[in-house]
Amino acid sequence: MHGITAIFKKELADHFSSYRFMILFALIAMVSLITAYMAGLNIRQDLAGIAKPQFVFLMLFTAQGALFSLVQFVAFFGPLIGLILGFDTINRERNEGTLSKLLSQPIFRDAVINGKFLAGVVMITIMMVSIILVITGLGLSMVGVVPGAEEILRILFYLVISIVYVSFWLGVAILFSILFRSIATSALAALAVWIFFSFFVSLGATVAANALAPDAQESGPEAVVRHAQIQKAFTLVSPMQLYTEGTATIIDPLKKTTRSIVLVGPMERISLSRFSGPLPLGQSIIVVFPYIISLIAITVICFAVSYTVFMRQEVRSV
Amino acid sequence: MGKQAQAVIETDALTKKYNGEVAVNRLSFNVMEGEIFGFLGPNGAGKTTTLLMLLGLTEPTSGKARVLGINPIREPIKVKGMIGYLPENTGFYNDLNASQTLRFIADLNRLSREVADERIENALTMVGLDSEAEKKVGAYSRGMRQRLGIAELLIKEPQVAFLDEPTLGLDPDATNWMMELIAQLCKEKKMTVLLSSHLLHLVQRVCHRVGIMINGAMVAQGPMDQLAKEKLGIGKKKYTLEEIYMKYFRET
Repeated sequence: MHGITAIFKKELADHFSSYRFMILFALIAMVSLITAYMAGLNIRQDLAGIAKPQFVFLMLFTAQGALFSLVQFVAFFGPLIGLILGFDTINRERNEGTLSKLLSQPIFRDAVINGKFLAGVVMITIMMVSIILVITGLGLSMVGVVPGAEEILRILFYLVISIVYVSFWLGVAILFSILFRSIATSALAALAVWIFFSFFVSLGATVAANALAPDAQESGPEAVVRHAQIQKAFTLVSPMQLYTEGTATIIDPLKKTTRSIVLVGPMERISLSRFSGPLPLGQSIIVVFPYIISLIAITVICFAVSYTVFMRQEVRSV
Repeated sequence: MGKQAQAVIETDALTKKYNGEVAVNRLSFNVMEGEIFGFLGPNGAGKTTTLLMLLGLTEPTSGKARVLGINPIREPIKVKGMIGYLPENTGFYNDLNASQTLRFIADLNRLSREVADERIENALTMVGLDSEAEKKVGAYSRGMRQRLGIAELLIKEPQVAFLDEPTLGLDPDATNWMMELIAQLCKEKKMTVLLSSHLLHLVQRVCHRVGIMINGAMVAQGPMDQLAKEKLGIGKKKYTLEEIYMKYFRET
């Protein structure tokens, strides 16, 4: 653990005092305020005719305001937080000549990367927690609902998954900052990956499904199922998709499956139509467990790759 | 130098290859306790690579190295704690001021708060930055940055110092100041110094012994008088180090 605390403390202080962080924070605070406000307005209209509404509090996060819900917002823009926090982690030190000096101090080499990653994760946690607290506070005053114990648990669970998700992108950014010497290159490469997964994967999934199962509509139900399966398999390549599916039943207890209606089996369909009540938290978690595990796995793998590359780099090139 | 001066740095056939290209070739040399060793050679001769191997930052392809009797590859943390290294073109965190920079170094060396406070104050006074300690490093001149680099090194109170081109880009006055400080550190703090520099007349002034490294190999090492006698056939005080150096350089 030599040195990891010293580096962690310095990185955290750097983050807090950087303009980058303040701009990011202002932007995110603004958007979450607006989303929550919109959602709050909508909820009141939606609940007008319902006698006994359930999980109203969670609707603050899932209700689509004018444009999108907070959950969608985090799925889409959360990666940017990670990328912006991490894209120049190692190569800035390298370009400014501070890395060789840092490494010549009596610390283990991994303390540098561990300390920096940890500081990034703490920043992400602070941001996510404050966003959720802002929305909670706003919801309390606008809608006037107090969250129940289960709702709080669900929010906490959602928070943890979101932190893992954004940390994955932090890991990607750090990896690029190790691989590329130029800060501009690593920033662009990280952005390119983000754009690829946000836009092109879903587009590519449809194209691939069309190619592999052509004329699905005419060839009968089996072909339609195959088409849907291929499309789903392709979209799951994207961490964004993993995250969206992984949080779907957690934040929305009325949602009971992550499958599209085409892929739902007959028994499942019967149970879906018969039991319209909300899913208990334990069951909600079980439904999305594979996604959550995959999300954690890719985060760990991404960090492990950065770690290995960094440990093996010759110091001369540092 | 006492009579029983011990070797602080020993290397034996130290070799480093980068992708098959030899950077350091079977290097063997010693640096004795309390001396200033001038580490000379053209750019790209492998001086920095040698320093990195002695610090345990890069692994030798073959050969042995010992610093203060410790193998830097086996116990890099221990070795790095005892060596002060001032890299060539050293960088700083521009948003920190001098005290914060030194505090960070102290934290990395796990010094207690009291010890750190004292050492930071002493180091700043010694390099003459005590009046500028609250100024951000980004606003420092080249000379001040180099002084801060020395201060960083002093925080560790190292037994051995590796100075890689400490006078690069400094004005004549600052260069003189730097050389005097190095001589003073060696004398007062009993620090062993491995000094790499291209300013041969200054090296001649402060160094006890020199080693000349060309193309990854040490072509000569020893007291300057001895090298002058061997190479130029002239006695004491009648040569310049430049003459010796150029002679070796042309022959290789």
